[in-house]
Amino acid sequence: MGKPQSKIHASKIQNSKMAQLELRNLNKTYSPKVVPVKDISLTVDDNEFLTLLGPSGCGKSTTLRMIAGLEEPTEGQIILGGEDITYKKPGDRNMAMVFQSYALYPHMTVYDNLSSGLKLKKIPRGEIQQRVSEVALLLGLEELLERKPGQLSGGQRQRVAVGRALVRRSQVYLLDEPLSNLDALLRERVRADIKQIFATQKAPVVYVTHDQTEAMTLSTKVAVLNNGYVQQLDPPARIYNHPANLFVAGFVGSPQMNLLTLPCQGRNALLGDFPIPLPQLPTLPPQIILGIRPEHVRLAQPDDNHTIQGQVFLVENLGMYSLVSVRVESNQKEAFSLRALLSPEQTWTQEQISLALRPQNIHWFDVQSGDALMVKRPNRV
Amino acid sequence: MTVITEQFNSKLQPKGGGKRLVKKIIFPLVIILIMLFCLAPVMWQLLTSFKENQDISAVPNVYFPGRITLSHYLDLFNNRHFWRYILNSAFISIISTVVSLTIGAPAAYALARLRPWGGNIILALVLIVTLFPGILLFLGLLEIIQGLRLGNNYLALIIPYTAINLPLTILVLRSFFQQLPKDLEDSAKMDGYNTVQMLLQILLPLTLPALVTTGIITFIFAWNEFIFALTFITREDMKTIPVAAAQLGSTSAFEIPYGSIAAATVLGTFPLVLLVLLFQQKIVQGLTAGAVKG
Repeated sequence: MGKPQSKIHASKIQNSKMAQLELRNLNKTYSPKVVPVKDISLTVDDNEFLTLLGPSGCGKSTTLRMIAGLEEPTEGQIILGGEDITYKKPGDRNMAMVFQSYALYPHMTVYDNLSSGLKLKKIPRGEIQQRVSEVALLLGLEELLERKPGQLSGGQRQRVAVGRALVRRSQVYLLDEPLSNLDALLRERVRADIKQIFATQKAPVVYVTHDQTEAMTLSTKVAVLNNGYVQQLDPPARIYNHPANLFVAGFVGSPQMNLLTLPCQGRNALLGDFPIPLPQLPTLPPQIILGIRPEHVRLAQPDDNHTIQGQVFLVENLGMYSLVSVRVESNQKEAFSLRALLSPEQTWTQEQISLALRPQNIHWFDVQSGDALMVKRPNRV
Repeated sequence: MTVITEQFNSKLQPKGGGKRLVKKIIFPLVIILIMLFCLAPVMWQLLTSFKENQDISAVPNVYFPGRITLSHYLDLFNNRHFWRYILNSAFISIISTVVSLTIGAPAAYALARLRPWGGNIILALVLIVTLFPGILLFLGLLEIIQGLRLGNNYLALIIPYTAINLPLTILVLRSFFQQLPKDLEDSAKMDGYNTVQMLLQILLPLTLPALVTTGIITFIFAWNEFIFALTFITREDMKTIPVAAAQLGSTSAFEIPYGSIAAATVLGTFPLVLLVLLFQQKIVQGLTAGAVKG
């Protein structure tokens, strides 16, 4: 899909009505102990690609199913283009969904799979044919229209599933982990295709995934979910650069951010033997959590101010980088270890290593609440 | 090295030969014996139906007739209303199969997916019903038939046949519906199918193997059933094949028309064999393949 020559056609596929999708205080309670979605509010506008990102069991799929109408919310409202659709049937919502398992009708040909929803809506046959052939051209399915899903490869099935959503020209597109059944290589390609296809769509897209790469690459906005709450709702870059709390900091980014609980002494936090200056805070806590991404830890240069020394105890070669685990020198009982992503050209001679932590790359979190301590970052480089 | 291999091979050879012996001779032999055991009575009936009357009663037995005749078959159609019996049987069997499936499939779907109140109790009751031997219901049914004045009415057979087969239909179809991927139904809902459309257009085509299986079981039961058919139907032109075949009489009380009975049996069995052979082709395995990844 997403072949260059078919891009022109993609722009033709437009939606009847533009719409804003809004979730207001959505809650789903199965039983007092099982509450997958506690309180979720968000809005998705036209031209937006929202990803619900979170670990399994965070309520992201349930949220999507409630938007689709496959589950009824216990509380809260779903509003589409100003209309309350909370209790509308899924078929009446003008939304299209791509399922993780694709859920193609196995006894129907690809053509029938694509057109069945349109037939039910009593759309004239000529228009159905035109829409199906447009989508087939866009996704490169022309040759496959007479086949049945059983005769298609995984990637082809996936394209048919996307096509079935596209022919509907719905007001909202919902995608539930559509790439998780593809192998790694294909997934990367289809990811790029999906980005292109839905970039030409005006309708809002809600995409569910547990894969942060998909979330970062595809979305215009990411909602990180955990425990049935939205942890942070921001554009991907902001999620990465300014995680709102400890959970987002730990969940987004691979390898995971170094998160160390450090004691404070005066205006410094103590990482082993090395003081790290604290930011401007209203009150000085006894303890604080320091977060720094491995890719931001670098070998110390002579002019670096904040350096630490430590023992290298593990080197993992990731190809492009080496992930180096360092035990920070400390005369306290507690040992701190730090992971650094270093490019292979950077070499160090002994087991002893000197690393620089630049203040602008350090994130500070409150020990009690886990929230990021919002700090005015100095504009130094 | 070669020496070792040769030794190795020569050691293996007798064993391999033994295996081949088992595969080439003993397996086919066992299969032939089993087939002989199962099919000999059928074969005997088939041969008898083509034998001349003298050959049937000849002593010593004539196993393979030298003379072949169709007179027994012709007799069934010319002198007795055998067409009528076949049509009766076919009508009753087809209707009760269709009714059983049309009631059973939605019921099974409801039990599998819609989670009605008390669904488990309903399921347990259905299961208990299957445990009753049909014959136990006989006297009660007779009373009911008399009370409703349904004697000599096709309904007197269609209703009990359907009722007796319904539990099995529901149980089989329910487990089949349960193993269909749930996403398929969600997807159909998103496409705008309502429950009935979804059942008819999406789910039933996928349950075809189960429908065919339960349908055939119901059909065979209805086709072969004897006691109810014997009791509830007395009019000659409404009888079904098993009853008619059993009641084939001859001109004199001292003569049993073995040939005609054999011919009737063969004719009565033939449609079933045909049906099973036909639908065996239709039960395409892996019909659900491609619905979901896996």
